[in-house]
Amino acid sequence: MTAAPALGRLTDDQRAIRDAVRTLARERVAPRAAEIDRSATFPEDLRALLAEQGILGLPFPERFGGLGADLLTVCLAIEALSAACATTGLILAVQELGALPLLLAGTEEQLERFVPGLAAGRDLIAFALTEADAGSDAAAVRTRAIRDGESYVVSGTKRFISHGSVAHLVIVFAVTDPEADRRRRISAFVVETDSPGFSVSRLEHKLGIRGSPTAELAFDEVRVPVANRIGAEGDGFDLAMRTLDRSRPGIAAQAIGIAQGALDAAAAYAGQRRQFGRAIGEFQLVQGLLADMDARTEAARQLLYTACDEIEHGAPDAGRWSALCKLVAGDAAMAVTTDAVQVFGGYGYLDDFPVERMMRDAKITQLYEGTQQIQRLVIARALLARNA
Amino acid sequence: MRIVVLVKPVPDPGEERLGADGRLDRTVSAVINGNDEYVLEAALQLLDANGGDVTLLSMAPAGITDPIRKALAMGATRAVLVSDPALVGACAWSTAQVLAAALQTLEYDLVLVGADTSDGGGGVVGAAVATLLHHPYLSHARKIEPFEGGVRVERLSASGHDVLEAALPAVVGGTQLLGEPRYPTLRGIMGARSKEIAIRTLAEIGLADRAVGGAHATTTLLDARPPASRGSTRVVRGADPAAAAAAIVDFLVERRAI
Repeated sequence: MTAAPALGRLTDDQRAIRDAVRTLARERVAPRAAEIDRSATFPEDLRALLAEQGILGLPFPERFGGLGADLLTVCLAIEALSAACATTGLILAVQELGALPLLLAGTEEQLERFVPGLAAGRDLIAFALTEADAGSDAAAVRTRAIRDGESYVVSGTKRFISHGSVAHLVIVFAVTDPEADRRRRISAFVVETDSPGFSVSRLEHKLGIRGSPTAELAFDEVRVPVANRIGAEGDGFDLAMRTLDRSRPGIAAQAIGIAQGALDAAAAYAGQRRQFGRAIGEFQLVQGLLADMDARTEAARQLLYTACDEIEHGAPDAGRWSALCKLVAGDAAMAVTTDAVQVFGGYGYLDDFPVERMMRDAKITQLYEGTQQIQRLVIARALLARNA
Repeated sequence: MRIVVLVKPVPDPGEERLGADGRLDRTVSAVINGNDEYVLEAALQLLDANGGDVTLLSMAPAGITDPIRKALAMGATRAVLVSDPALVGACAWSTAQVLAAALQTLEYDLVLVGADTSDGGGGVVGAAVATLLHHPYLSHARKIEPFEGGVRVERLSASGHDVLEAALPAVVGGTQLLGEPRYPTLRGIMGARSKEIAIRTLAEIGLADRAVGGAHATTTLLDARPPASRGSTRVVRGADPAAAAAAIVDFLVERRAI
């Protein structure tokens, strides 16, 4: 991949990839979106399509069969897919999230073992940090990994794990040293889901992204080889935080995609729907709504692209950039989709039209990969540290 | 198997505009002619099954490479573009001569061509190229099966289908009956950047002193205009069928038709 050029301009490759994914999203994903939401079924056919088209290979190094794309390019693809279907965009976003701990800290041996299947889009991977009593307070996880010879024995439960029921691999954050300092208690492991003792104990019924399986995972003395531990013992919490610094832009991209999809639908509707003898798009109150929706979406997009550039080039305040783009994009998506329903009026409330689904889908972008409140804490701490 | 696919960049169907000179404005977004995509897909399937290579051959202004890059991204091996200022305004007969001359500089077993184009709609270039090169021409193929030294083609007929066979090299024409074209994969898109697009002038294909091009067109454009607007016809556009249906209902209700 050629290096990113001056800020704000996409390379030819990035533009070509974005356009190709947009075409695929429009022609193959969009027609499935309503049904995926209605039936709350994981779109395995679209997972296969994304794999076949190389889209799931974007985040992975070329030497393992991936496309070696930079963060911005992965985000462009997530955005384009999410404009058609937030669940489908999430397939790529979660694949990136789950693989990041390996890509950031895995040994060459671990990469060789796990990445080719991920890059081919054949194996899905999930990120299992959250527990029932450890959401925002991620360091409070209680899942335990006890060393026993050449293995660890993992026991505990993880909650709200995206793709937990369809993944072949799960990155599990578990306590290896209960006596250690909060940030050194946890280690990260690759758990293969066909291991004895692993089970999916619950699937959630959600407000939005209903086609994405959100699972509770039970680990009942699951034996995990030492060779599957990522990094050293105690590195887990830090690895999780570094992962989120790189994965939050993916959620921002999803949010911006959802917002754009809603904006496009609303603008098209405003051009067609007639009241009082004219298209409603001619009325200033409707124009005002649409203009504000466009401004918010575009502002969020430009911030995301800048954040990707900064993070890709090793900015020391990557955490701040990551939190900024996710905060702004999530709030933009919620506002824009709510206004999109407004533009549609009563029809927007019906599932005959896509905007109510988009509004329900948008909400999750304010909740996962760190709530908006957590993003604010990250940003404020960075500011205060800089000005200390 | 060495295959050449004749491709023509055309204005995106539905986006066509006339320029000031009454001719088609070719600066608007260009795409590969629809029928050419179908025969290209057939060529790529033969490439996947039998190996060899697929060369794209086109006559077009030198600046229009995006559609060619997309065809390369789908999996074609290389492209040859014949481009010359003298060719602006060329008629179908010139086009056929140019493509035939370019083919004589290439090595191939099979030439595939779309049945007609969405902009010109003449449908004669494939047959004219075959005639100039003294190759058999098998038109409107819905299935293409090469065999040792020859090619077999199925063509729909009024009563069923015909099966035709001819020795190679041959020219085969096709339409959407050949099957949906593949999406370029992302890897294909990135790989297309390094695939060769060779530009050839008329002199380089041996036509320097031949009467081809706009100045020698055998057809004359007398008039070109968009269809007359029939007053207050409203076209309901937009990708969302539910929104379009609602708009149509509103329209009928407004006129108390329902």
